[in-house]
Amino acid sequence: MSRKKDNYDSSHWLKFKKWINGDVDLLAQGMEAWMPGQETTGADHSNSSRPGNQRLEIYEAIREEELKNLPIFAKGFDKSVAHGLDFFRKAYRFMSVLLCAGIIAVLLWTVSYLPIFGNAGNPDNNEVSARYIEKGLQETGAVNIVTGMILDYRAFDTFGESCVLFIASCCVLVLLRIDAASKDETTKKRRKEAAYDRLYEPKNDIILQKCACLLVPIILIFGIYIVLNGHLSPGGGFSGGAVLGSGLILYLNAFGFKKTERFFTEKVYRRMTLCALTFYCLAKSYSFFTGANHLDSGIPLGTPGAILSSGLILPLNICVGLVVACTMYAFYTLFRKGGM
Amino acid sequence: MSFVQNFPFFSIIIAMFSGILSSVLSGKKARNLSLAAIGITGVMSAAVLAFCVRTGESYTYMMGHFPAPWGNEIRAGVLEGLTALLFEIVMFLAVIGGLKYTAADVEESKQNLFYIMIDLMLSSLLALVYTNDLFTAYVFVEINTIAGCGLIMIRQKGRSLSSAIRYMILSQLGSGLFLIGLSLLYDVTGHLLMSPAKEAVAVIEAAGSYEVPMLVITAVVSVGLGIKSGLYPFHYWIPDTYGYATPTASAILSGLVSKGYIFLLIKIFYRVLGRENVVASHIVNVLFIFGVAGMILGSVHAIAEKDTRRMIAYSSVAQIGYIYMGIGLGTEAGMVAAVFHIFTHSATKALLFISAVGLYEVSGNKKDYLSLRGAGNRNPLAGVGFLVGSLSMVGFPMLAGFISKLLFATSALQSPHKMFITLIALAVSTVLNAVYFLRLVITLYRPTPTEEEHETVKKAVVRKSSWNLRLAIWCFIVLNVILGMFSQPIVNAISNGLMMFE
Repeated sequence: MSRKKDNYDSSHWLKFKKWINGDVDLLAQGMEAWMPGQETTGADHSNSSRPGNQRLEIYEAIREEELKNLPIFAKGFDKSVAHGLDFFRKAYRFMSVLLCAGIIAVLLWTVSYLPIFGNAGNPDNNEVSARYIEKGLQETGAVNIVTGMILDYRAFDTFGESCVLFIASCCVLVLLRIDAASKDETTKKRRKEAAYDRLYEPKNDIILQKCACLLVPIILIFGIYIVLNGHLSPGGGFSGGAVLGSGLILYLNAFGFKKTERFFTEKVYRRMTLCALTFYCLAKSYSFFTGANHLDSGIPLGTPGAILSSGLILPLNICVGLVVACTMYAFYTLFRKGGM
Repeated sequence: MSFVQNFPFFSIIIAMFSGILSSVLSGKKARNLSLAAIGITGVMSAAVLAFCVRTGESYTYMMGHFPAPWGNEIRAGVLEGLTALLFEIVMFLAVIGGLKYTAADVEESKQNLFYIMIDLMLSSLLALVYTNDLFTAYVFVEINTIAGCGLIMIRQKGRSLSSAIRYMILSQLGSGLFLIGLSLLYDVTGHLLMSPAKEAVAVIEAAGSYEVPMLVITAVVSVGLGIKSGLYPFHYWIPDTYGYATPTASAILSGLVSKGYIFLLIKIFYRVLGRENVVASHIVNVLFIFGVAGMILGSVHAIAEKDTRRMIAYSSVAQIGYIYMGIGLGTEAGMVAAVFHIFTHSATKALLFISAVGLYEVSGNKKDYLSLRGAGNRNPLAGVGFLVGSLSMVGFPMLAGFISKLLFATSALQSPHKMFITLIALAVSTVLNAVYFLRLVITLYRPTPTEEEHETVKKAVVRKSSWNLRLAIWCFIVLNVILGMFSQPIVNAISNGLMMFE
């Protein structure tokens, strides 16, 4: 018979086991997870010896409440109906897993009939890719073939993609923007909640701020580098813009909204997206129009490899980068406080 | 190269650009810009249609300096021009008819966002119609999905948020399947442009290689686009979505968005996979069965429904079933009937949604259809509009619905194996349609009996609707009658356009 170790209570294994079982509330220590005005409930939670179980019970209660709110129970809660519903839910889960497994099986079966990956004789190794590789540099002026493809050969698709980002951010605006003028009850409530978030801004976490001081300039410069060198090296507007956006978000987290609002407000966001997309639209319309009518576009391609080369690709990369960076930052701020 | 040939490209770009500009405009200016964009693109589509009819052939348009297998391309022919024109007319009228309700339902500061959605929706529909490139089609399917979601949830009342989530999930599932299909297709053909891809498919079919992947591609693409357009077993998002969005959004979503996907599916069948191959793969039989099931069960659901707008929405499920049944017949005539029914349904369903709004406003905006009792007398024009729409859906002669039913029935005669089922389904579905549509119409013209109901109705003010709603209803009625009375040139144009697809 095995004997418990003397220091079993502080062993890593026990901690790990507790963590697996959900007995440890990771947020219980060191972090304030309760808003003011909820002191009483907060105290209840910290008093409980097994927070994991407590949480489970809360979930159960919420689920039961949800069940009771369903339209079928409008005339009163019926236990047998609830049981049937529970059975249906389980059967539903089982069937959906079965369906997914079926689809996965069919697709895997299909993949086994596809041409072997990377084989020279594959159908996709045809005149299309051959011309991209052989003449890409000469025709688009971009050393990075991928950029040449997405911003010159197939620029219409890329314009569509930037519009996808634009419309996605519009949708998030519809959903999350809180307007000061709105009289709607739920919006008012949300505005209040958002105001709380501002109350605790900035958090003044010294470690975060020091790291941000060090990292943000590097991240931003790296992002600009990726955008500007999109036609020369791997990267481009989409990846560079994502790096820029994440730099901005880190800055916001460290120093709070007051600091970022000095240079990035909703007005700036709108103007930047508008300018970038308008330029993209007009520049590409010009090149589509001249291309289709067999006119010379008159845009010099420059020396391949120089930073100012490859015609419209560099400015288009900058536009895409701006749109992506603005969209990422806007998503973050909208999800956090419903405004910029 | 004639200047008119630039118009498809111009109209896509104009629609997108007006969406981009609207982001800094006020709601009113954005609305005017959007109406102007729809109008201008409508004129352009008419010009493209006239050009293609005159020259008698379609043409491709290079998007950039690089020719077909390397650069993007769009394509215009008789069918593209006609479809784009009809989409723009319906969209214009739907926006005009719903102006007041859009202003009331959408928050003041978010109005311009609503019109951004409308503009980008228009651009994506045009791109789906004109595209000659599979990946361009996918990109614009994405724009279409997100714009549709925005149009649903912008109302932010009642169940519109949950229905937007449902729409999002099912639509993304459809997009995902479509994208898987495209990737597989690219893997076996090596092309994304439609014409070279079709040549590659012909070579593959002749050699008999890649049999399994081709079957899966056809299935996945059809099912993906079927989910997105609300084909029967995947229709659960439809009633909520169309029932809880703003009237303009309901009209556009039911009349145009699902039709854009069906048009894309037909285009892919003809221009990439090859209609003979699709018929030989028996996928069309599956679509046929789903379509027939939708025709009957959609109507049964509609009969069980009490809420007027949800009833109209379930009727959409049945009508989309008709379209898929036409595609499923697998014959040339069936395809013509399906395309004609796309037009019929766009015009009629938008008319129904818009005139239902006129009836609601004189009946205290209640959902139950019994509250509409006598509404046809209180708002005569909306009543007539609803009557025309209902009769057209049931298949009354001289209206658009009659011609599509006639076309379906005659095309059924040409495919012996499916003739019996098609004719029976048509008959049963027509009777079921009549049951719930005529029930609504009779309710509209029944006098209000009880005293207390009379009181509530009096409070709801007996009055005429605003001029724009009346204008929209009039135009929709005229459009329906034109489709019904002068169908022959349109049917000829459709079969001509389908021939150009080959």
